[in-house]
Amino acid sequence: MSVDVREQLLQGTAPGEGLAIELVGDGDLVTADMSLSIGPAHPATHGVFRVVFEMDGERIVRAKPVIGYMHRGFEKLAEYRDYRQIMALVNRHDWLSGFSNELGVALAVEQMLEMEVPERAQWIRMLLAEWNRILNHLMFIGSFALELGAITPMFYAFREREDIQHLMESATGGRLHFTYNQVGGVKIDLPKGFLAESRQVSRTIRERLPDYFDLVLGNEIFRGRTVDVGPLPTDVALSIGVTGPALQATGLAEDSRVTEPYLKYGDIDVEVPVRKNGDAFDRFDVLLNRIRVSLDIIDQIHDHIGAGPVNQKLPKMVKAPEGATYVRTENPLGQLGYWLESDGGRTPWRLKMRTPSFSNVQAIPYLVQGQLLPDAISILGSVFFVVGDIDR
Amino acid sequence: MTKLLAAPALAAVTPAESLLDSFSGTVVPLLLKIALITVMFLVVPLVGGYLEHKGMARLQNRRGPVEAGPAGSLQLVADGIKFIQKEDIIPRAADRTVFAMAPGVGLVATLLSFAVIPLGPGLFALDLELGLFYVLAISSVGVLGIMMAGWASANKFSLIGGLRAAAQLIAYELPLILVAVAVALQAGTLSLVGIVEAQQTSDLFGTGISLWYVFPQALGFGIFFLAALAELSRPPFDMPIGDSELVFGYITEYSGIKFAMFLLTEYAGMILMSGLTVVLFLGGWQPLPGVDLPDGWLGVVLGTGVTIGKIMLLVFVMVWVRVAYPRLREDQLQRISWTVLVPLSLLNLAVVAVGKVVAG
Repeated sequence: MSVDVREQLLQGTAPGEGLAIELVGDGDLVTADMSLSIGPAHPATHGVFRVVFEMDGERIVRAKPVIGYMHRGFEKLAEYRDYRQIMALVNRHDWLSGFSNELGVALAVEQMLEMEVPERAQWIRMLLAEWNRILNHLMFIGSFALELGAITPMFYAFREREDIQHLMESATGGRLHFTYNQVGGVKIDLPKGFLAESRQVSRTIRERLPDYFDLVLGNEIFRGRTVDVGPLPTDVALSIGVTGPALQATGLAEDSRVTEPYLKYGDIDVEVPVRKNGDAFDRFDVLLNRIRVSLDIIDQIHDHIGAGPVNQKLPKMVKAPEGATYVRTENPLGQLGYWLESDGGRTPWRLKMRTPSFSNVQAIPYLVQGQLLPDAISILGSVFFVVGDIDR
Repeated sequence: MTKLLAAPALAAVTPAESLLDSFSGTVVPLLLKIALITVMFLVVPLVGGYLEHKGMARLQNRRGPVEAGPAGSLQLVADGIKFIQKEDIIPRAADRTVFAMAPGVGLVATLLSFAVIPLGPGLFALDLELGLFYVLAISSVGVLGIMMAGWASANKFSLIGGLRAAAQLIAYELPLILVAVAVALQAGTLSLVGIVEAQQTSDLFGTGISLWYVFPQALGFGIFFLAALAELSRPPFDMPIGDSELVFGYITEYSGIKFAMFLLTEYAGMILMSGLTVVLFLGGWQPLPGVDLPDGWLGVVLGTGVTIGKIMLLVFVMVWVRVAYPRLREDQLQRISWTVLVPLSLLNLAVVAVGKVVAG
């Protein structure tokens, strides 16, 4: 390397200027690690998430996630909305699991009011939450495969998603932001024929599910790209706060639907799929199996759901009594916690969100260290996060 | 014209003919043929591209292009017009000359290689004695264009893409050439026309069924096709582009007509490699083993149709592979090449050589 390029590198005027470059070696063989910024607009980050990799060739020396590009201030906004309005706010932070988000807030407020929710409303909530979970998982199955270069699973996943979207739209009127929950139950009753259609969709997806196992999970190249890539030990996962499919893939059967049942999850059988290695393959495997489990749950709900009211008569303005509570639910991507603190007014005094994506991406620096760039993409895809859910 | 197309290239010319005769007898037909072949190979990639659009769409539960032309068949033409109208952006930090030359280097290398691919009996621009050698040599120049693009873009994603392409080429050129050598050995010639004719005249144990080299060298056929995919950077070997990792690899900074030239190079490359596979292994313009074409015009037309049909079949397989498989990792690709494909192609070469000696 000529002297002037070396000077340029040191002064930061060379191509890639303004980066912290560390020169290695001396004389003509001086080299520098390259820093590669994945994001904020990059296909593998599905959103405005950024990871700065310091690369030695194709190998990653260090990684630093940079978050906050999509910070929308939901926690603060929630302090200026009453409990009705918050429903329309929280289904936006993780936009792929809107229903489950609403559910968490509704449960928190009901817990503070010590309100008894009608049985039918609880079953309906569970039914739609599980459909929402499948909707979310299908999206990640498609996008993870897409990041590994397989384009087809995305189209298959969207075919299934469209059936479910149609189903949920018939009940809630929304495709992404359902705003169907309200304190004390759900907005309106299910439309006529909903359960029959729900049964039908469940059957269809169950029939098509083996396609994903064959096309993606059984694919030689897919295995080659994911097995032993980014293994996450259980203790590291726990210390970082990883939850959901990424934690279950490490071998820990932690799922609040089982360990701390809410709604009526205690009345039905919920299987928690676990794997051993916690690598990208296992995370994907767990995700795919969670769809199967959700279908099992949906079929059980169909048998349990009975007639009755679906909401409670509410006062003109719902006010949570003074105090605080914490509710955690098993969101599609992991544990979603809402810390709700109220001073007795019409709005929360503080609504703290513990979102699964935020905790899950903290594992990225640990996982990608020393990996190759393509493996890092595989890891980014298999940690399963939604950018809005990280930045809130 | 009949003579022009059906006569075996330059053989008709004798030294005794006058300069004028030789001009009208060789140069004009040659120019005509070159023009015909060039047009052919600029149109056929569009057909291949359409096949990719529609084939992929059907395999993925979609419809593909439907608006431009009947059943969307003019989509690529419409795309081309769009690309010409687009602003041609050159990054400020780019090496302008190299950046501008890169797409051309790739496209010209591919188009030049077409000169020796025979489409039908007598329908080829050139019948070089070293045809096979020429194709393999010229088509590898194309990767130079990719490396130039990667380096000149002054973009890290482009640079990694270009380097990956170079590594990939070195790894896959070797099995490709070793397998091609085995074919040349069996045919006893390096001329591509000669190889096609050798396949047609050879005889499978006196049954009168001609021996396409895909039968004795099925292994070689597989290796050749796989290596061709890798050399073209087609999925599952599309790491140099790797859109989910490298944005668009070495093409990231390109726009407008230069971008379109890279796309055209890719489609032309697919046709070239498929054409080469057809010539080396699938009997060229012969419709079925042992079934010969009629003589004269009809034979040329039918033969061309047969060749293009076979090429399209192989292009469809490439599309099919793209739909079914994710992308490999660079080190996995290298490992497959050096530890599996190279030894297997050497084995293939050894078997063919022994067979040749034993058969006399």
